[in-house]
Amino acid sequence: MLLISCPWCGPRDETEFVYGEAAVERPADPASTTDAEWTDYLYFRDNPKGEHKELWFHRSGCHRWFVLERNTVTHAIAGAYPPKARPVTEDEA
Amino acid sequence: MSRRYSIWALARNALRHHEGWQKAWRSPEPKPAYDALIIGGGGHGLATAYYLAKLHGLHNIAVLERGWIGGGNTGRNTTIVRSNYLLDENALFYEHSLKLWEGLSEDLNYNVMFSQRKVINTCHTPAEREATVRRYNSMRLLGIDAEFLSREDLARIEPAMNLSPDSRFPILCALAQPRGGSARHDAVAWGYARAADALGVDIIQNCEVTGIDRDQATGAVIGVQTTRGQIEARKIGIAVAGHSSQVAAMAGVRLPIESHLLQAFVSEPVKPFLNTVVSTGAAHFYISQTNKGEVLLGGELDGYNSFSQRGTLPKVQDVVANATEMFPCIGRLRFMRQWAGVMDMTMDGSPIIGKLPVQGLYMSGGWCYGGFKATPGSGWCLAWTIAKDEPHKLNAGLSLERFRTGHMIDEKGAGPFPKAH
Amino acid sequence: MNRQVWRTEAGGSGIDRGEPRSFTFNQWRLEGYAGDTVASALMANGVRLVGRSFKYHRPRGVFGIGAEEPNALLQIGTGARREPNTRATVQELYQDLLAQTQNHWPSLQFDLGSLVNAAGALFPAGFYYKTFVTNPKRWLWYEKHIRRMAGLGPPPSEPDPDHYAHSNAHCDLLIAGAGPAGLAAALVAGNAGARVILADENPALGGQLLLAPQQVDGQPGQEWAAAAHARLAAMPNVRVLTRTTVSGVYEHGHFALVERCTDHLAEPAPHLPRQRFWTVRARDAVFATGAIERPIAFANNDRPGVLLLSAVRGYLERYGVLAGRTAVLFANNDSVYNTARELAAAGMRIEAVVDPRPFVSEAAAQAKADRLHVLSGHAVVGARGWRSVRAAEVAPIDANGKVKGVTSVLACDLIGVSGGWNPAVHLHAQSRGSLAFRVDLAAFVPQSAGAPYQSAGAAAGVYDLAGCLQQGYAAGAVATRALGFEQADEPLAPPVISDPVGNAPAFWGVQASRGARCFLDLQNDVTTKDVSLAHRENYVSVEHLKRYTTLGMGTDQGKTSNVAGLALMASKRRQPLPTVGTTTFRPPYTPFTFNAMAGGRWREVGHPVRRTAVHDWHAANGAVWTDAAGWARPMYYETEGQAPQQRIDEEVLAVRQTVGVVDVSTLGKLDIQGPDAPEFLDRVYVNRFSNLKVGRGRYGVMLREDGRVFDDGVTMRLGPDHFHMTTTTNHAGAVFQFLEYLLQVVWPELRVFVTPVTEQWFAAALSGPNARAMLADLAPEVDVSNEALPMMGMAEGIVGGVPARIFRLSFSGEIAYEINVDADYGLSLWNVILAAGVAHDLKVYGTEAMGTLRIEKGHFTHAEADGRVTLGDLGLDTMISPAKDCIGKRSLSLPDLVAPGRKQMVGLIAEEGSHIPVGAQLGLNDDLETPQESQGHVTSHAYSATLGRHIALALVRDGLARHGERLYAVSPVMGERAAVEVVAPCFYDPEGGRQRG
Repeated sequence: MLLISCPWCGPRDETEFVYGEAAVERPADPASTTDAEWTDYLYFRDNPKGEHKELWFHRSGCHRWFVLERNTVTHAIAGAYPPKARPVTEDEA
Repeated sequence: MSRRYSIWALARNALRHHEGWQKAWRSPEPKPAYDALIIGGGGHGLATAYYLAKLHGLHNIAVLERGWIGGGNTGRNTTIVRSNYLLDENALFYEHSLKLWEGLSEDLNYNVMFSQRKVINTCHTPAEREATVRRYNSMRLLGIDAEFLSREDLARIEPAMNLSPDSRFPILCALAQPRGGSARHDAVAWGYARAADALGVDIIQNCEVTGIDRDQATGAVIGVQTTRGQIEARKIGIAVAGHSSQVAAMAGVRLPIESHLLQAFVSEPVKPFLNTVVSTGAAHFYISQTNKGEVLLGGELDGYNSFSQRGTLPKVQDVVANATEMFPCIGRLRFMRQWAGVMDMTMDGSPIIGKLPVQGLYMSGGWCYGGFKATPGSGWCLAWTIAKDEPHKLNAGLSLERFRTGHMIDEKGAGPFPKAH
Repeated sequence: MNRQVWRTEAGGSGIDRGEPRSFTFNQWRLEGYAGDTVASALMANGVRLVGRSFKYHRPRGVFGIGAEEPNALLQIGTGARREPNTRATVQELYQDLLAQTQNHWPSLQFDLGSLVNAAGALFPAGFYYKTFVTNPKRWLWYEKHIRRMAGLGPPPSEPDPDHYAHSNAHCDLLIAGAGPAGLAAALVAGNAGARVILADENPALGGQLLLAPQQVDGQPGQEWAAAAHARLAAMPNVRVLTRTTVSGVYEHGHFALVERCTDHLAEPAPHLPRQRFWTVRARDAVFATGAIERPIAFANNDRPGVLLLSAVRGYLERYGVLAGRTAVLFANNDSVYNTARELAAAGMRIEAVVDPRPFVSEAAAQAKADRLHVLSGHAVVGARGWRSVRAAEVAPIDANGKVKGVTSVLACDLIGVSGGWNPAVHLHAQSRGSLAFRVDLAAFVPQSAGAPYQSAGAAAGVYDLAGCLQQGYAAGAVATRALGFEQADEPLAPPVISDPVGNAPAFWGVQASRGARCFLDLQNDVTTKDVSLAHRENYVSVEHLKRYTTLGMGTDQGKTSNVAGLALMASKRRQPLPTVGTTTFRPPYTPFTFNAMAGGRWREVGHPVRRTAVHDWHAANGAVWTDAAGWARPMYYETEGQAPQQRIDEEVLAVRQTVGVVDVSTLGKLDIQGPDAPEFLDRVYVNRFSNLKVGRGRYGVMLREDGRVFDDGVTMRLGPDHFHMTTTTNHAGAVFQFLEYLLQVVWPELRVFVTPVTEQWFAAALSGPNARAMLADLAPEVDVSNEALPMMGMAEGIVGGVPARIFRLSFSGEIAYEINVDADYGLSLWNVILAAGVAHDLKVYGTEAMGTLRIEKGHFTHAEADGRVTLGDLGLDTMISPAKDCIGKRSLSLPDLVAPGRKQMVGLIAEEGSHIPVGAQLGLNDDLETPQESQGHVTSHAYSATLGRHIALALVRDGLARHGERLYAVSPVMGERAAVEVVAPCFYDPEGGRQRG
């Protein structure tokens, strides 16, 4: 049972979360990609044996996605943080 | 004295206190060069070497194994053999593999204990019944054995099964492949090793490949770097499921694969009471009983990329909870041993056997849950592909190229999520 | 009459002689005392033979005194509570306990299975690999007979009547094992204020203090332990768990513990759980799990009456039981000398102490001076006897362990053996700690550098009592300091009186004659010859050895056998033992009951049933259930005397002719708000939503990124920035998760909130020609005219006295309204609808009728959009807006997604009078036996009472171009077939006039 620190909720049991996928950047403009570039994004992965950046979803918690840096051999967790900070708009500021 | 195994050979050796047996395989020093190298001394790699030598006349070949042969997923699975697939590419490939299984003990002169005790899939909802019957009908159209089992049939075949309508997932019926079953996992590696060795194949254990050498001009492979020195070869087959990404990366090849952990465990041995291999989709797990009497259980992936070969608790608890619901009498048996294998999970859940985009480099990998039963077929197809430098029609569709064209062989329709298959 | 003839007159710190307990062993009624284990009670009664071995069915007796026991495995209990393979050495005695031996036929005394033993030469390691090399058909026949020999005890045949508990706990420090080191660590950490859990597998704390007479701080060891227990129990920050095994070490400080709560009770109170499964999250841990004594291999060392030396000693000290009358003790370490004195003092005749060491230790010299018969430089080379030891064969040996002189035979009925100890490093190794080999101990010990947790005491290779205590205190102090607790100086270890500590040099076994069998793994019958054979055949890696010979794969998990087997292999390979290595240590430390892990309540916890607001109404009205994404949904409503299909037909016809109502609460519902919500929906759905008018809805389809259809449903625009999305029941969770992924990861700049509200709403769909009139009755204040509430329109108002949202949309093809109310009002609304329906011939329908209605209309569900099909395959690619991008659109131009030969959705009509089989494939002929190329498959099928024909939707290769073709729906596994005609998917009102009317 991994102990995962949600950036919003703190340390929780693995069973509260669902693993999403490797943290891969989606092409900003899919239409302009070649088939090779698009299928690279869609299907091909580094699959490192060691440090891995991945996305988790706090399903039984705050419903937030976050990036987890986890070692795929030892499960040692190096960090957990929001995927991208949403830019604050003027009227919110 | 003949190396052949038989009850008579055993009796003769018994008179000599079993001191006359020879090595099942040699442990030679690696030669500086071979005609072909197979990276990975699991069942798949050893089978590849065996068929290369036996069917394609390549004898100057070596299998390079990082640790001990059969020590990867060959030795960490639930030993199920079946070919009950929906999609043609998979069904035809696995059926070919199953046919090889049926002749394997005699072919290798090594009892791999392939026991066709029947593989059963239970159905728990009308939708599941529809989908499962469809899959088994598809098998029949391809000439693969398949049968329908009513609840009455199930009560007769597996008396320990909970057929109560009050069960959390009541069983409506089941489909079965009578020729499916299980085999002795270690024996498959050892049997192929012994037979390949007899044909001149060098099996080199404790020899980790650390790099793949390529010709600077052509890009073709020319050999490998290992912990036991450099070895030259113009043809290199990779059969290292669980670590395919790492080895392919040595040649600069990226794969549509992630490594995930699959756990299994056994109970203490008791007298036989389970007669077949039962699997269920509603509460994903599979169960059988070994010839030692242990109840063998497996379930879903741990759910995230992992190379740890060490399971965590939640999935095991799920499997135990589901299994005791379906087979209530096992509740009082004891959990005895737990292990985990690192699975190559592809993006569509089907394997990759064929050429890689580097001249002279071939792979068999991406076996997801299905690697053990694929062993003979995988070796047979990879050997063909290496020998002819082109795939056999059985593995033509199971190419890496399909991830460029979008031709997904997706049994579950789960999409490009390795953990979902 | 007390038949406990092997019980001493006095002594036995663990038993209460005032509390006799009678029990049954096979057909015999025997007596023991409270505090006995089944093993000690059997031994007190002189019972030697307690089981048969796994392979050779050789007679076996009690060998050890705890969890390491390989031999004494009994069935305990009766009926549904009968439990096979229970260690007699662990099972505590209670009144009227029933113990039966196992793995023999016809009886324990006379077991035909032991014929295998007589022919043992024919059954070496790897026997099966070399024989029965045959085809699977013949192997199946052989195997049937071989399997009869498999297993130990018989399987339970009934469901377990007991219940189990789960507990979760957090602590600062988990201490596994409460021997001297564990107690010391707990005292220090407890005093410092740390939250401590101290777990020990035995009923009393003390570990080795209980099994040999020793003194700590001027008190007998067990009294010091009891006092320590009392002190710890008095600390509010310390939890002491007895009868609790720390079984597994998992990630991030997660531990699994199994507590046996009632296994020692004759009549446990019904409310008590039988066992409790603890999952503990600990900040730190100390493993003080002790050491396991190792045997020495000699010929026939498996005979009943050959015991571990510390067990012989422990049975006397703890239970007042003599393991024999006349003993030969065989040990390579000094613990044997005190033991010999104690046994002699208790009345046992010590025939000889056989010490294989080539020197005479101080303790040995002292023993000789005390007139013990010490044979230094000798070894026991064999045991005589069959169902019990009758004599020991003793011979002088040289420094290499080779027999160099004449063998003498010493009559005895007990051989106590000690080859030194192996630290119980299991938990350390499970936690990814590495092992170091200590030559002086000839044992693997935890490598402390880099280890996540400390090991202390014998588990760390410290065997003397003072050292154990000192190391325990130190470990507790180190841990509590590291955890940030104020730490007083660790106490000095109290003075002790204990055994002298001498080294136990490597001595694994003696050389035996060719025919003799020297056992390493008693349970699995693995002998030194098997190891030699494995070596000869090149199964030389430790894992090959284990797998080829089954060494260490029994229920005792090789606790007494593994290292000896590896040592023998190392010597065969002429390599040092650490080079050869060890096999992997995996959980659990000792086997435990599946149900402890699963528990009865797991069924609901693991797979909770989701119930809609009117679940109970459905149940009370004959609902036949199915499961959809965990929801219980009625398929149809049973009435007596009616066939299911007849009911379904009635439900369907009601919708087509009058009006029907169905509970659609399970459909996924997402509330989507924010200024960028219209843009967001445009990016998610293939079709456009930003141009949707407020108060109107639209049917949308979303794709996966790989271009396949993901989900579909109607989304209503409630306001400029506010949408109500519906998803399929199955994908509600996945769609929500995916939308959140897009908003948080891919497009965080979009200002949109998505809230899952499936459970907040109850929804009922009214469908049929009478639906409008009925709705008018239910909602008199709402204008339900076609103009005010057209198809894909919505209204808000009071329905049946409850505030509601009314969506006009249709899945059935009739005029239909989906009425959504707060889930708390669901039952109220439902009852109002049913009451109002009387006047309109309303019928409640279930998912089967709903499925039939949608098949008649040609609407796809997940049966068609099975994760492999595109919108084009469904004939719906015109839905895709060409003017904008959306998720998955890029994939649609990949070569395979536009290639010919894809399966496309069509309708099928069965020939008059025939029905379409379940799960049918489509072929060009109706031959069920000969393989043929599949043309596609039926995805959903139904009897259409509306049309009076069996109809289906199907995916057919190039199906859009095959309308009018005749195919055969074949189901070889069911032996069924039907001729079908390929048609357009919509069978009923293709223009859609009825639903718009």
